[in-house]
Amino acid sequence: MAIPNPGDAGRGKIDESLSTESADVVRHESAWERARRSWSVRIGGTVLLILLFIAIAAPWLGTVDPTLFDAGSRDLTPGKEGEITTLDGEAIKHKFIMGSDSFGRDIYSRVLYGTRVSLIVGAFSAAVALLFGIVLGLMSGYVRWLDGPLMRVMDGIMAIPAILIAIALVAMFRASVLSVIIAIAIPEIPRVTRLVRSLVLTIREEPYVEAAISLGTPAWKIMGFHILPNTVAPLLVQGTYICAFGILVEAILSFLGVGLPPDIPTWGNIMSEGRSQFVSFPHNVFFPGLFLAATVLAVNILGDGLRDTLDPKMARRT
Amino acid sequence: MYKFLARRLLATIPVLAIVAVLVFLMLRLTPGDPAAILAGDAANTEQIAKIREGLGLDRPLIVQFGIWAKDILSGDLGESFYFKMKVTSLIGQRLEATVSLATLTIIFAVFTAVPLGVLAAWRFGGWFDRMLMGFSVMGFSIPVFVLAYILIWIVSLKLGWLPVQGYKPISEGFWPFLRHLILPAITLSVIYIALIARVTRASVLEALGEDYIRTARAKGLPESRVLIRHALANAAVPIVTVIGIGIALLIGGVVVTESVYAIPGLGRLTVDAVLARDFPTIQGVILFFSAVYVVVNLLVDLSYVFFDPRIRY
Repeated sequence: MAIPNPGDAGRGKIDESLSTESADVVRHESAWERARRSWSVRIGGTVLLILLFIAIAAPWLGTVDPTLFDAGSRDLTPGKEGEITTLDGEAIKHKFIMGSDSFGRDIYSRVLYGTRVSLIVGAFSAAVALLFGIVLGLMSGYVRWLDGPLMRVMDGIMAIPAILIAIALVAMFRASVLSVIIAIAIPEIPRVTRLVRSLVLTIREEPYVEAAISLGTPAWKIMGFHILPNTVAPLLVQGTYICAFGILVEAILSFLGVGLPPDIPTWGNIMSEGRSQFVSFPHNVFFPGLFLAATVLAVNILGDGLRDTLDPKMARRT
Repeated sequence: MYKFLARRLLATIPVLAIVAVLVFLMLRLTPGDPAAILAGDAANTEQIAKIREGLGLDRPLIVQFGIWAKDILSGDLGESFYFKMKVTSLIGQRLEATVSLATLTIIFAVFTAVPLGVLAAWRFGGWFDRMLMGFSVMGFSIPVFVLAYILIWIVSLKLGWLPVQGYKPISEGFWPFLRHLILPAITLSVIYIALIARVTRASVLEALGEDYIRTARAKGLPESRVLIRHALANAAVPIVTVIGIGIALLIGGVVVTESVYAIPGLGRLTVDAVLARDFPTIQGVILFFSAVYVVVNLLVDLSYVFFDPRIRY
């Protein structure tokens, strides 16, 4: 598992051998260093970086505007040459690497641009869930009278299957990128809250927190400087899982036709449009599906790697 | 035992009550007039006024909730304006397909995942174990509908073994019924298998480290008996727990699977209701699914007594 990176090899040792103070100090690898050497983190991280590059560089990767269509290029199979009409009304030659859909739009361009929505929704739904979870968790772990009622509400949210909450919320507020992010984040908040709360309850019994309290440190300082830093690793792990879940749920919502409007190219939307023609033209469903599965897999592998290295306690639990 | 049963039953009441409050608030927080939303786009002013009166929209929120809660408790989930019938009878109509699909999925998943997990724990660190763990990560990652289309493409379109879509009620014969459910059940079970196999592996692995396993082996018991009677039996509680928790995944999966395979069940109903913005039905389905989830987990808690005789309530 731990194959040393040639560039890093022995660097730490050389530095230490030069320093007389640390000569007999056994150097412990920090959790972050362990994470960087984990193969799961490397593979998942690399795939994600490639996807991030695709998302940013989508306009320069041989794509056309994903909303362009051409009646003459409908239902092309992957690899076929065809024409596509630009916004100026001019027909240009284009190679449809992944084929085209029933409107004559280029699947390749749509899939590549779809990366943007997926990554944005994944990252931001994780961020929103973590933010609210941290605040509520700290409050619940620190403010005694709030704990009971808050956790009962969380129990209630957790009793509703997550996808149902997301679907219902999107149905209420017309779907936009923001409302989809919030709809995905809300059912995840209770899990983060519980995690933060349990961490707070453990950490606040530690001697250094007691010491800080006895010195008269205000509660917000204790939370911010003593408790919060210790929750970073488990929250990061949790965050990657929420991100994977968010990407998945966004695709499900779009696929079911209740998510983002069909004119926004998302993997779920492409598949949703392709499903009626699946029997004759499976490529409309398979290419976005492949990207979706690969992305979620990469995030999950990254999460597993981070969990095993940063949060070994959690790794033992599952 | 009875005391525990009573306490556990009482503890589910606040959870269900909070679910009810959340579902109730959902509609009130929606921008727009709840009465107009409930009545649907095709309703006239008279119908809207009637609904407004029924909801007590001019009264305080707490009174409105009281009216609503009383209706639910008396078994009335309101009227669907899209399907033009009572939500309760709508759910009743769609129940058979979903229950059949879920039952088949659970049976298939448990009977696949538990042996796989036990084998992986038995050969911990070996190729089978690593393969299963790899499969489990993939099972968590592959979207249900992508998997559904891959299976349809291979099994139904290329091989022609099973129908592409559709549903036949059991009253039309067992084989047609089963034929239509095999693919959806396999699709739905993959994530469930991944979850159960992972937990089975972990908890059997823990049990295998116990002294009584060494004793059992030292007695010369056959390995299969050690694994099943000693290790698996002692690892049962976490496995049963995760089967219960996994019901939430299953419900989410049902919504997607039924939509892909055109099965007229509750999941399909949910999507249809959302597309039509049919709020009484959405509320009813969410309440129903949540109640099922809570009750299943209650039963799981109670089943601990059966799986682990040391647990006495």
